[in-house]
Amino acid sequence: MFEQNGMALLEPILRRHAGDPTRLLQMLREVQEREGWVAPEAITQLADSLSLPRARVEGAAGFYSFLHTDRPCRYRILFSDNITDQMQGSGGLLDYLCGRLLVEKDHVSEDGLVQVKTTSCTGLCDQGPGLLVNGRAIAAITRERLDCIVDLILEQRPVAQWPAELFVIQDYIRREDILLGCGLKPGEALRAVIVNPQGPPLGVLEEIKASGLRGRGGAGFPTGLKWEACRNAKGERHYIVCNADEGEPGTFKDRVLLSRHADQVFEGMTLCAYTIGAAEGFLYLRGEYRFLLEPLEAVLARRRTQGLLGRNICGREDFDFDIQIHLGAGAYVCGEESALIESLEGKRGIPRNRPPYPVTHGYLQRPTTVNNVETFCAAALIALKGGDWYRAIGTPRSAGTKLLSISGDCARPGIYEYPFGITVRQILADCGAENTQAVQVSGPSGHCIDASEFDRRIAFEDLPSAGSFMIFDEGRDMFEVARSFVGFFAHESCGFCTPCRVGTSMLKGVMEKIATGHGTPYDLGEIDKLNRVLHQSAHCGLGQGACNPTLDTLKRFRPTYEKRLKSLEFEPAFDLDGALAQARRMTGRDDAGAHLGNEA
Amino acid sequence: MSDSQHFLLDGEEVPFTPGQTVMQAALSAGRYIPHLCYHPEFKPHGSCKVCTVKAGGRTAASCTLPAQSGLEVESATEEMNALRRTLVQMLFAEGNHFCPSCEKSGNCVLQALGYDLGVTNAGFRHLFPDRPVDASHPDLLLDFNRCILCELCVRASCEVDGKCVFSLSGRGIDKHLIVNNASGRLEDTDIALDDKAVAVCPVGVILKKRVGFALPIGQRRYDARPISAQALEDAPRPSTQGPCNACEDAP
Repeated sequence: MFEQNGMALLEPILRRHAGDPTRLLQMLREVQEREGWVAPEAITQLADSLSLPRARVEGAAGFYSFLHTDRPCRYRILFSDNITDQMQGSGGLLDYLCGRLLVEKDHVSEDGLVQVKTTSCTGLCDQGPGLLVNGRAIAAITRERLDCIVDLILEQRPVAQWPAELFVIQDYIRREDILLGCGLKPGEALRAVIVNPQGPPLGVLEEIKASGLRGRGGAGFPTGLKWEACRNAKGERHYIVCNADEGEPGTFKDRVLLSRHADQVFEGMTLCAYTIGAAEGFLYLRGEYRFLLEPLEAVLARRRTQGLLGRNICGREDFDFDIQIHLGAGAYVCGEESALIESLEGKRGIPRNRPPYPVTHGYLQRPTTVNNVETFCAAALIALKGGDWYRAIGTPRSAGTKLLSISGDCARPGIYEYPFGITVRQILADCGAENTQAVQVSGPSGHCIDASEFDRRIAFEDLPSAGSFMIFDEGRDMFEVARSFVGFFAHESCGFCTPCRVGTSMLKGVMEKIATGHGTPYDLGEIDKLNRVLHQSAHCGLGQGACNPTLDTLKRFRPTYEKRLKSLEFEPAFDLDGALAQARRMTGRDDAGAHLGNEA
Repeated sequence: MSDSQHFLLDGEEVPFTPGQTVMQAALSAGRYIPHLCYHPEFKPHGSCKVCTVKAGGRTAASCTLPAQSGLEVESATEEMNALRRTLVQMLFAEGNHFCPSCEKSGNCVLQALGYDLGVTNAGFRHLFPDRPVDASHPDLLLDFNRCILCELCVRASCEVDGKCVFSLSGRGIDKHLIVNNASGRLEDTDIALDDKAVAVCPVGVILKKRVGFALPIGQRRYDARPISAQALEDAPRPSTQGPCNACEDAP
């Protein structure tokens, strides 16, 4: 198909993006969306049109999970593979769908109609299992819903014409506090700052600094200091980036903020632009939230007509600012701010060497402020209500409130907003969690705690959290939880540095060896060694955090590892019987005689 | 002003000029820090992590770590060398490396580092990746089995040769070297025998055809002296000095 009308397809895409190579990822994503794959001819033509080496375009396409360069396919179904999806039965549902469609997992069907595979957490943990069909999210998967999907696929109805009720995503807001309950009206904070300033022009910055607001993406860097450093950095242009690449498994609070409080997010970005002197901003939206693109574009358009974006914002002749939305395409590492900037520039999402940091050398090597969705929301609130007001909430070192995305074994999963300092025990009581064995705070990169630690508090000084809060009751096997997270890191490693690229795969191999009953005490030592290497030498937080799931669970739930081990001191990693699997598949045999050790 | 700036490397003062990284300053001062993807003629890359040191109590790749006055750097410690050994083992396990039959044996930086750091066993299960060889070019062979993803050929081809013959695709453990053509074959590119990208490969991926084993194994570059001794001779290398010795000797 592409061969005949390739250029006819690419021309509108190239025109829409003004032939700008920094928009390469956006163009590739649109080609994928229109064609069901990114054909080699499309790569060649994009490279020619953008005057880029072909290999650079191919390399960028090859980096992102949602860009498929293998072969065309009408329906690509990606099951969310977070541990919470697995706990809600995603594995059995995936097998059921494959059976109904008569396809093998991962393989595009012979007729090019359908492919079924898994993807990392899609942020639907409170209404899982989730899946993506051609990039569109469907929640609360059941066999009945899959039957409906099978019928639609077999009659080859385009996804755009599928029943709208399939695509309904709920916003389960269970506890509101100052942020979710503030009822900020569009433009309210901006007008307070720009039209009726109560203080000097630097008022916003002073209020943000006074508020003690720290970045909500996990690292907790003081927001005021970041804005000030960016403001003071020399450069011909400054940029604002909102990090909405919410990829940490178990996190979905930014999805809800962007569905329900998009104005507040954009208001925060605009205030930041006003403060640091930026005319251009980006919202980097994770590909899994593709369904939010049109609603968000509509909010931006309305804000332009309201004079809250564009030229002369709020009537100020010296203040122009606008926001573009860039979509990601399935790469967790792009949540790391410098990798996100590389991706914004249309490249592979590889974290940069730092220093220099984005505040001085960010987008296009110019001063750039990157903040989380929730941080910008809080900033808008602070600009209106003042830093002292905000600082009085929470704990002395963690001002304000935190949104938690709660999922796993509890009666009421969803979004909970708490002042910092709340205990884990209180949260578990509020969401109806019983017989809780462990909580994974802040996702796989965060920390796993057991029942003896439930009096610990969510705060930067105790249990810092980017928002993920996954609950595991006593029926769950914590080894399997850790194994799932290890698989996640191996899948999402960008591959730039040796320790993460190779180490996460080795760690995955050791966990699989233990899972299949071939592990020995020696392998627990191997896990320690790999963790040390990752921690000491990985290039970014992804690799450094990749050892946390095994470190934490080995420390707290060691028996669940040990009960799987052989008593032998050493067992080779090479599985002789496993090596025969391909021969068994080719000969269609799976009887006892086709397995080693069963000859008798 | 710049003359007076120093940091401490394993307890000894190393002078630096502002803008230099710890690696650059150390090599200029005749102090060796083991390294693999760093090359004196290119901007530091920081991907192999073999040059990791402890600085101010934290670990960091010395090739990208800016030198700072008063910084206390530990490099020649058992802790750091153990880490480097593990990283080199990882690279051996990741690809398909069979030194005895490799034309690069004795001239190979990965192998030389292995000897110098005392790597005596595999350490990890081998991944045995499936990486077909590209023998399409009349004068050059591409054996991806030995690629360690240092990106030196990528950088050299773009920055020095102005051709961008190589790039990377894939992600994580599936990351791999690709060639700048729709066919994916080297014969369809404009690579030339005297390109920097050809000379710079530290392992046996990019090899010239018909010159195999011209010099017997045992008499090659790193057979004579360990890499720690030779790397220093290449180290301070402004562009006016021509290619480093390792590149110059490339068969």
